[in-house]
Amino acid sequence: MTAPLTAGLLLVALAAVPLLGPPDYLMHVLITVLLTALAGTGWAMMGRYGLVSFGHGAFLGIAAYTMALLWNEAGLTPWLGIPIGMGVAVLAGMLLAYPAFKLRVVGHYFALVTLAAGEIVRILIVAMREHTGGSLGLTPAKPPPGAGWLAMQFDKTGFWYIALIAWALGLVCWFLLDRSMSSRALAAISEDEDAAASIGIRVTSEKMKVTVISVALAALAGALTAQYRQYLNPESLAGLGISLQIVFGAIAGGMYAPIGPTIGAAITIGLEEGLRIFFGTELTGAAPLVYGLLLVMFMLFMPRGIAGLFERRAQRRATPAPAAAE
Amino acid sequence: MDPFLLEALVNGILLGGVFALPVLGLNLVFGVVDVVWLCYAELVMVGMYAVWFFYSQMGWPLPLAFAVCIGLVAVLGVLLHLLVVRPLLTQPPINQVLATGGVLFVLQGVATLIFSTEFRALGVDMPPMEVGEVFVSGTKLAAFGAALLGAGALWAFLKFTYVGTAIRAIARDREVMPLMGVDPQRIYLIASAIGGALAGLAACLLIVQLDVHPFVGLSFGPITFMICVMGGLGNMLGGFLAAFLMGLIISVGGFWGTTELSYVVAFAFFIVVMFIRPQGLFAR
Repeated sequence: MTAPLTAGLLLVALAAVPLLGPPDYLMHVLITVLLTALAGTGWAMMGRYGLVSFGHGAFLGIAAYTMALLWNEAGLTPWLGIPIGMGVAVLAGMLLAYPAFKLRVVGHYFALVTLAAGEIVRILIVAMREHTGGSLGLTPAKPPPGAGWLAMQFDKTGFWYIALIAWALGLVCWFLLDRSMSSRALAAISEDEDAAASIGIRVTSEKMKVTVISVALAALAGALTAQYRQYLNPESLAGLGISLQIVFGAIAGGMYAPIGPTIGAAITIGLEEGLRIFFGTELTGAAPLVYGLLLVMFMLFMPRGIAGLFERRAQRRATPAPAAAE
Repeated sequence: MDPFLLEALVNGILLGGVFALPVLGLNLVFGVVDVVWLCYAELVMVGMYAVWFFYSQMGWPLPLAFAVCIGLVAVLGVLLHLLVVRPLLTQPPINQVLATGGVLFVLQGVATLIFSTEFRALGVDMPPMEVGEVFVSGTKLAAFGAALLGAGALWAFLKFTYVGTAIRAIARDREVMPLMGVDPQRIYLIASAIGGALAGLAACLLIVQLDVHPFVGLSFGPITFMICVMGGLGNMLGGFLAAFLMGLIISVGGFWGTTELSYVVAFAFFIVVMFIRPQGLFAR
């Protein structure tokens, strides 16, 4: 029972962060890290079983825009808008994933199908510019005075708790999945789909299950990010750029360990903010340059990510047989 | 026939010619090396900047700028192969794709640092030509002709030269060819150079009709991948035909609706094709 205990202590420690009175900027970075980590965790749920999606940005966008449009045009509070947005995103994900799994679109092909789907969502958001503001973006309406909680518009401390709960929810999903039979089944499927099917694993339904969880978490991250920034933009919430960034974060941190995507998010956000501080805004191009280089380096030298390093060390400790046995 | 529809059809075919070159380059690299260059459109972007820089800034004659651009991107292709792809050849495909995805960010970052995010135009234009009842942009027509010439040259190279034959052979069976005395590493290198050169040629044809900025690759990169896969990855002729099909869908879709929605239709068409014929539309 040490793992849940450590996790609980960590959560309490994180919950106490605002009490230390950190500067606003630091809170902003930390909140962004948590929300990015949530999206990465969602992505890695699929990614670690070989279901590599290049279109997860679309789900962030669908949930965020559904929520914001419901608030702006129908006055529906984001507290309801977010679950609805997540529902719409999950529905869209299922609509795409079911035929893809049923017709056995795998590997490269799955990645490209999801890429196409992500682009479709981005273009649709731009095309519906009368409602979404197109490429210029969208700002959620200000609530009547005193009704900030209804609009889910809080200060940084308030949002810290929301982000923390959402992030922890992602990890809980990860652990629950890991303990279920589905995890074993999915591992078998990612090794060999035919063999898995032949021993009675229901390939499509297992894949659908993990897809639903993955999309829901990414959608939650998207809606909360939009709500935190109070600004929505098709480039930063849908499309290839953001999708690849999610993938990069999860891979860099390590997609096989629960904490991996969070490490990845801390790296990507830390890098972006660090470069901004040290080089100023005129060198914004340096951020993609550096993390592109890192992505290449990771693939070349440690394809299992940073968390992979600890993992190997832990395994070595767990198994008495030395590595020489290989 | 409605002259506007006719114009849309003609423009669709011209657009297909623009897509055809990067599709051929990607297919060549994939067919031979078995790696997808996710950063292919960014190689084209670098080439577009090269032409703009040498022509507009340095005042070189346009043909010289074109030649340098093609050479430069070919060298980039070789470097990409040597530094990134070759060390990853034994890794799972997804790692290779992600590494070239990293290169995509690097190239975007370098372009932003050097040229900023401003849109750069070449400012070269040819007068429109009247063909029958339809007006056709002279620039687009010239680019189309050059694309066909490039594709023809590639075909002749693969068909009639010794190295071309070796390339086709290794694309068909990479286990047996080393036994026949073909050095796969050398062939990979040559294919990467040609793949790069095709990206360079595509850059020359695009810069005359499109402004260049660091993220311009994202506007045609995804669609080139889809065309490749639709034609059947590694299937050159299939990719070539699919390029024109996609060009027609986008252009005629734009005639009935808006350009944006025509791209939605094109992407949706791609997804449906993947569901029905994942091996590609024109696979045998």
